[in-house]
Amino acid sequence: MEKKDINEIEKKMKLANEGLPEKERILFSDVRPSTVGPLNKHLEQFVNWVRARSLWLLAFGTGCGAMELRPLMTSRFDMSRFGIAPRPTPRQASVFVIGGYASIKTIKRIVRSYEQMQGPKFVLALGSCTINGGMYYDSYNTINRLDYYIPVDVYIAGCMPRPEALIAGFNRLKEKIQAGECDGMNKYVENFDWYKKNQKQIIKDWNMPDYNW
Amino acid sequence: MNIGIKIFYAAISVVVATVYGLTLGGIVRKMYARVHGRYGPPVWQLFLDIIKNHGKRVGISHGIMYYLGPVFRLAGGLGTYLFIPVIYGSVVFSNFSVAGDLLLVMYFIFFGQLGMALGAGEGGHPYSPIGIARGLAQMTTFEVPFSLAVIAVAIQYQTLNITTIVAAQQGSFLNWTLFTNPFAVIAAMISLLGMNMHSPFSIVLAPQEIPIGPPIEMNSSFLATLQTNRGLFTAAKLVLFMNLFFGGATNIFIMIAKTFLIYLSSVIVGASFPRFRPEQSMRFFLKWPTIIGIISIVFIAYF
Repeated sequence: MEKKDINEIEKKMKLANEGLPEKERILFSDVRPSTVGPLNKHLEQFVNWVRARSLWLLAFGTGCGAMELRPLMTSRFDMSRFGIAPRPTPRQASVFVIGGYASIKTIKRIVRSYEQMQGPKFVLALGSCTINGGMYYDSYNTINRLDYYIPVDVYIAGCMPRPEALIAGFNRLKEKIQAGECDGMNKYVENFDWYKKNQKQIIKDWNMPDYNW
Repeated sequence: MNIGIKIFYAAISVVVATVYGLTLGGIVRKMYARVHGRYGPPVWQLFLDIIKNHGKRVGISHGIMYYLGPVFRLAGGLGTYLFIPVIYGSVVFSNFSVAGDLLLVMYFIFFGQLGMALGAGEGGHPYSPIGIARGLAQMTTFEVPFSLAVIAVAIQYQTLNITTIVAAQQGSFLNWTLFTNPFAVIAAMISLLGMNMHSPFSIVLAPQEIPIGPPIEMNSSFLATLQTNRGLFTAAKLVLFMNLFFGGATNIFIMIAKTFLIYLSSVIVGASFPRFRPEQSMRFFLKWPTIIGIISIVFIAYF
């Protein structure tokens, strides 16, 4: 293979970061994310057991459903007894609760935050709006199906689902994590181009790197 | 004694202290939850969190100093702990207390924070320098009453060697510094409130205002290292206070009982009072505890 072709392939392996101004591109990483396999069988089983018991959720309210997280955190429903704790930064969180409808402005922030979370990461979609748009199904500025944009592990239907429903959702998520079925992180990487195409279709002012490391 | 055996004993001691510190953290979380009217997380939750963070598949780094930040922090915790005799007269839990004195321990208490400041600064997140600025400023101010108390203790016992200070307090509980030099103990116990960073001095790690402060960019194993250090460092500080002011311990059960009660004082204050703003906490430390610290020196030097 000629050197020119190798350069071409290398170029394809990198992210273009075309949304950024030319002079800013050097400030951001252009490496594509890669899949990371599980540990060996028994160790992975043990770590999955622990992961299910230590869920740190990203305490960003991304819609009206964030209202339901407050009673969940405080005395009445007390999620901390299930090992769930709020975390204020995506770097440390492992569960992203999408609180209901996601406007186009918000989905941009959701994508940024989701990509900054360290894998394995799980998404819990709350409310009917994340499934099919709910009462905003024909709105000009909200998305209809969340899993076109980021991989979702558990949906909780309802408008609004009560904190009990959220706890049921968390329990379902725990079962799935323990069974090793939640691999959204690798799914996102494997279908990276498809997700990016969908995201760029609706986010018109794409002024961020293609992958937020 | 053979240095190999000594290192082996020190390793046992470090593991015991870390497990104890983390369990204590779990119990304290449970107590806070009961105050709030909640059940609270299980006592072993902190262990699960640490294992989970080590088990993360990805860990983003921001450079060499970022790697070294948690390492320095852990070195600060280890350094503080390894130069304190945990149990008076025990071979396994005497650590390397013959090799260093109180000044070295005080240096190590500060060292970890400075290392962490360098590491967290490289993360590049604007909130981490704010947290660090608050943390270091608050630390500098609560070191003032603590240093004054230590000076008073040093004048009282004419030594900076911790083992000798513990030895001087043996016999009866009336020999404890708590009864022989009460002002120094009051000043030091107030500065312990700041050291443990419970409310009202929890502005450094405020999750609402400056999302979690200095460790905001720390993730995966970096964060797990910091969490491990938090357990060890808490145990080290409590053991130091027990040795200096409450007569030390002659076996592990007395050590656990005394350190738990010392920690409980911070928890009671923390559960009862709201949070200070940074300038309020600094002003507080430089006012009453400092005056009490000066009184303790005058008291012990002239009366």
